Amino acid sequence: MTSGPIPLPMPRVLGALGGTGPGEAARPRFATAAREALADTGQRRSLRESMAVLRGRREAATAEAADWEELREAGRAVRDRSLLSLDTHLETLEGAVTDAGGTVHWAADAAEARRIVVGLVRATGRSEVIEVRSPVTREIGLDRALAGAGVDVAETGAADLAVRLAGERPAHFLLPAVHRDPAEIRRTFLRRMPGAPSDLTDDPRELADAARAHLRRRLLSADVAVIGAAFAVAETGTLVMPEGDGGGRMCLTLPETLICVLGIEQVVPCWRDMEILLQLLPRSATGERMSPYVSTWTGVSAQDGPRDLHVVLLDNGRTAALADEVGRAALRCIGCAACLSVCPVYERTGGHAYAAGGSVLSGPIGAIWTPQTRGVRGAAEASLPFASTLCGACGDVCPVKIDIPGILVHLRGKVVQARRHRPVPPPEMAVMRALAWAMGDRRRYEPALRQGVRWARLLSRGGRIRRLPGLLGKWTEARDLPAPPRDPFRVRWRER
Amino acid sequence: MRVALFVACFNDVLFPRTGEAVASLLTRLGCEVSFTPEQTCCGQMHWSTGYQREAAGLARGFTEVFGPQDVVVTPAASCATTIRDAYPRIAEATADPGLAGAAARLTVYELTEFLVDVLGVTDVGAYFPHRVAYHPTCHSLRALRLGDRPLRLLRAVRGLELAELPAAEECCGFGGAFAMKNSDVSVAMVADKVRHIRQSSADVVCAVDNSCLAHIGGALSRLRGGVRAMHLAEILAATEASR
Repeated sequence: MTSGPIPLPMPRVLGALGGTGPGEAARPRFATAAREALADTGQRRSLRESMAVLRGRREAATAEAADWEELREAGRAVRDRSLLSLDTHLETLEGAVTDAGGTVHWAADAAEARRIVVGLVRATGRSEVIEVRSPVTREIGLDRALAGAGVDVAETGAADLAVRLAGERPAHFLLPAVHRDPAEIRRTFLRRMPGAPSDLTDDPRELADAARAHLRRRLLSADVAVIGAAFAVAETGTLVMPEGDGGGRMCLTLPETLICVLGIEQVVPCWRDMEILLQLLPRSATGERMSPYVSTWTGVSAQDGPRDLHVVLLDNGRTAALADEVGRAALRCIGCAACLSVCPVYERTGGHAYAAGGSVLSGPIGAIWTPQTRGVRGAAEASLPFASTLCGACGDVCPVKIDIPGILVHLRGKVVQARRHRPVPPPEMAVMRALAWAMGDRRRYEPALRQGVRWARLLSRGGRIRRLPGLLGKWTEARDLPAPPRDPFRVRWRER
Repeated sequence: MRVALFVACFNDVLFPRTGEAVASLLTRLGCEVSFTPEQTCCGQMHWSTGYQREAAGLARGFTEVFGPQDVVVTPAASCATTIRDAYPRIAEATADPGLAGAAARLTVYELTEFLVDVLGVTDVGAYFPHRVAYHPTCHSLRALRLGDRPLRLLRAVRGLELAELPAAEECCGFGGAFAMKNSDVSVAMVADKVRHIRQSSADVVCAVDNSCLAHIGGALSRLRGGVRAMHLAEILAATEASR
């Protein structure tokens, strides 16, 4: 969304493993990928420092807005109203875009969206496009599809460029290079960016300028642009893109053909509603009162701007999520990433661990969005709802009041429910059932308690248990457990 | 005032002294404390791990045991949250309006809520001559919204020196099943919590939930950290006479 010394900005997200693309390999679960990420000390440091800066900025920007809590409530209401009659608003949007001279395309899934965009690019006869990446263009795996069709894609954002040149994936869906420090980005630019000034320092502003100079050459000759906007206003058919570095702003006038890919939930009924969201978004995302650029496109005009405008509306599991009364609140998301900056899990693992879980969005929102839209049958998706301590920090900052911890628990319920049908219950389920059975009645609980205490005391030495068997062994990898006293509270109470 | 103690299964087996501390503290403050041995578990562990059906059974059991009691007090903030916030959700998830009704009729207080809001005391006559850091657990902070109640109680303890805990409001990394399912991240989090506790130069770290304290204390113990983890109730129960 926006700029500053640390984050090299822009709307965007995690790369090629975005989605349901062909040849997708089995992904490791969140825990496995997190272990690797935890060992990356440079990333740990960058994330820790950047997240602290973002938290501080957000806190200051929301504290100075006297009506912040009312704004959040209004944001929630605006998003819910939109989602509850989404079909109507989408029809209105289609009508307005068409009236303004644009064309609307509907994509049921990622594959269809890729086919549509590749087809539209081919129809222009051009082999070069510029792309303002967004979570949605990542979600459909657009880069890979365009490359496969022989199209040369260039990004508009400095951070996107840095991540691509380094052969990496973004670690954050707004700030793709947030896990790398300026010295690393400088090294990447010097090695891999044609025309990088040899006296380049690691001053963030200088790095951004160097990237901009490089990108602009490409931008100025672009005839076709693919963008992912933040919102589409139904009443006027307008695409809205708040951003930090002006890549989208360049696409206002330069390209002949503009293709915008949006999730169906990104529709906003009217400008009155946009007013609320455009206050909530920048303060939550980067702690700014407003985004440095807010660009809008309404149809085509003969004088300037694109002559050809296409809006691709993507479902890809959103309708299924909408049918879930609890989980549908995830679709309120306006993409501010405030939940990432306050998440103690994200701060330590970064986005790549969530990507391993199959998620384009990372952090708490990714942990609910992905299982909600893709289902929880896959092991990777099923691991995401458990990638949280339920500490509640995310729910407290969400500008549209998504109860993220509540939805995580709801999704955990779905994961367990899906496993109930297995012929042989997984060990965890057997243990949890046995515990519930024992705890269901005092006459079972007390003998079980006595047995448990006896065994635990046998395992203990010096009042501490240093090694537990089975599933609990994970606890004692790095933590002791106090040995239970001989008599539980209930016995002491009886005998007091 | 008659008060029914819900000790929480975790405390029953691992931390009976916390239950004894609550009972002795409340008795000292003039309450008549009762303990119903039919009580077992509130169902938190099952609910937050996704075992909705099992959680519903335990929740129904809880409402049967504590339904007849006027006032229930518990030293487990996360269990108080489960009863107050999760029971209506459990009822909805398992389509059990009976449970929702029974849960709505319960009056359950977390210990510091009961002391400050119901009994109206902050000075409970405690004496604890140590340097103490307070870790606000996530449920007590962001679900129960206890605010500064625990700190007001601690400030009134004679002899106690309150240590400033850096990044106090950050989760310790326990998270129930999280500590096992994502043990690497959990350990990374508790490592930072332990670092902050040691920075505070506290002799004792206290909280209003023994589950988080078992995590923090377990890491401190493994590292021979020299800092004791202790439930707030045990500090409030301590007097000059008892030591």
